Amino acid sequence: MSAVMVKDLNVWFGVGADRSYAVRDVTFDVADGESFGLVGESGSGKSTILRAIAGLVPTWSGDMTVAGETLGPKRSKSFYSKVQMVFQDPYASLHPRQTVDRVLSEAMGLHGVQNINTRIGKLLDDVGLGAGFRFRYPHQLSGGQRQRVAIARSLACNPSILLLDEPTSALDVSVQAEILNLLVDLRREHKLTYIMVSHDLGVVGHLCERIGVMREGRFEEVLTVEDMRRSKAESPYTQHLLESSINSVR
Amino acid sequence: MTDAPLLDVENLWVKFRTRTGVFDAVRGISFTLGKERLGIVGESGSGKSMTGRAVLRLIRPPGFIEADRLNVHGEDILSLPEKGMRKLRGGRVSMIMQDPKFSLNPVMTVGQQLVEALRAHENVSRSQAHKRALEVLDEVAIRDPQRVIDLYPHEVSGGMGQRIMIAMMLLPNPEILIADEPTSALDVSVQLQVLDIIDKLVRDRGMGLMFISHDLNLVAKFCDRIVIMYAGRIVETCKASELRNAQHPYTLGLLNSVPDLERPRDHLEVLKRDPAWRDAPSVSARQ
Repeated sequence: MSAVMVKDLNVWFGVGADRSYAVRDVTFDVADGESFGLVGESGSGKSTILRAIAGLVPTWSGDMTVAGETLGPKRSKSFYSKVQMVFQDPYASLHPRQTVDRVLSEAMGLHGVQNINTRIGKLLDDVGLGAGFRFRYPHQLSGGQRQRVAIARSLACNPSILLLDEPTSALDVSVQAEILNLLVDLRREHKLTYIMVSHDLGVVGHLCERIGVMREGRFEEVLTVEDMRRSKAESPYTQHLLESSINSVR
Repeated sequence: MTDAPLLDVENLWVKFRTRTGVFDAVRGISFTLGKERLGIVGESGSGKSMTGRAVLRLIRPPGFIEADRLNVHGEDILSLPEKGMRKLRGGRVSMIMQDPKFSLNPVMTVGQQLVEALRAHENVSRSQAHKRALEVLDEVAIRDPQRVIDLYPHEVSGGMGQRIMIAMMLLPNPEILIADEPTSALDVSVQLQVLDIIDKLVRDRGMGLMFISHDLNLVAKFCDRIVIMYAGRIVETCKASELRNAQHPYTLGLLNSVPDLERPRDHLEVLKRDPAWRDAPSVSARQ
């Protein structure tokens, strides 16, 4: 069964004559346990797709089915216990005046999780932080540690699907490696499905099996990471993207 | 005087007074910059940006600078009064900041800003400055300078904004260009373009470039010489072409932690930080 099915998705902003489309006729499937990457330049609509799935953009049309549930204009409570999102900037996505403990227990309380106390300890262990970080405020944490807290929060209600919006782009390369390793491990342990947005092909190639390349709101092509490694991209745009990212790294 | 290096720094410290004592952000580093491309690499908090700012004396209180020597083309700038510094900044030494969104003035058109930047340093008429602005926009590969010069910063893309920043910094013909993560706010495909432009301009004009970045691979490809910083000190320095022979475990860790499209690995290597690195004396990067 597919974890996520998106068919003919259109997302727009603005009203009347000002209406401009951010996503145009996008169709893709993500299998259970798969990790799907979305790449493209800024403004290509890759984050907008994630936001549309998460219910953060009201203006969309098309069909979306997530974990067997057909999505309407509003998301149900059970949807959010299956799907969670991790945002780009860990400096902006944590409440500056709430401790790690409060952030996590609030998320669990909303979903009616039992034994919050023991679960927080387990969650912090899962993301490699340990109980010592439980009563810290975000300003007492480094960027990598904050992103770990953000990931712990998204795992608080035991979701099966994680939407990752450039989870490492605000971090140093050395910290990025830690977070990517964590994501790989968590996926294996909890059998998670990922949809990840990134502009870094190296990062996507590390974590995902299939990749959708976006340009101006449309899918340029969908290819497997294997094909990408062998530079077997069909469209010239993907080829160009591949070349520039290989050049910038080597 | 003429064969003095463009920039000569010896035993530079950047310190901050805090409630709990003095914090050292940069701890006694020495380097020189000739007509070359010098890359400064390190993680956040390694002091690389502070080094760039210290060269322009842009550290604000409670921070302050100490150095045995800080010379620009043989001229001591430690004792230079603030008025002289203002002439130096943007005139002989310019700096490209990380994010064009925050460093361009949002309520002035591109043209107004360029003209202002030039007229601050040179005695030229408004129309002449306008002409020069058009030329320099063309030089940074902006396709339609006539149109772009009348746009406001929010009307241009990130890559174009960064090219406008570069254009502005190049207008007064500086000797030294300090680029502080000039491409990290940009897309990969635009990054290369911007780097090529910086590269070409630095070559053509014979400037010295100080390129600050956290991306070791990018710097290795782009610069002649690399300085690797950790915790406010230089741990290693080498020619970019000899980076593969780097010795220091920190350098190797940085190199190996990048996910590589062509060589997939199950797990990326994670830096294991050794407290001894912090206490090791700084390596001199003078030439």
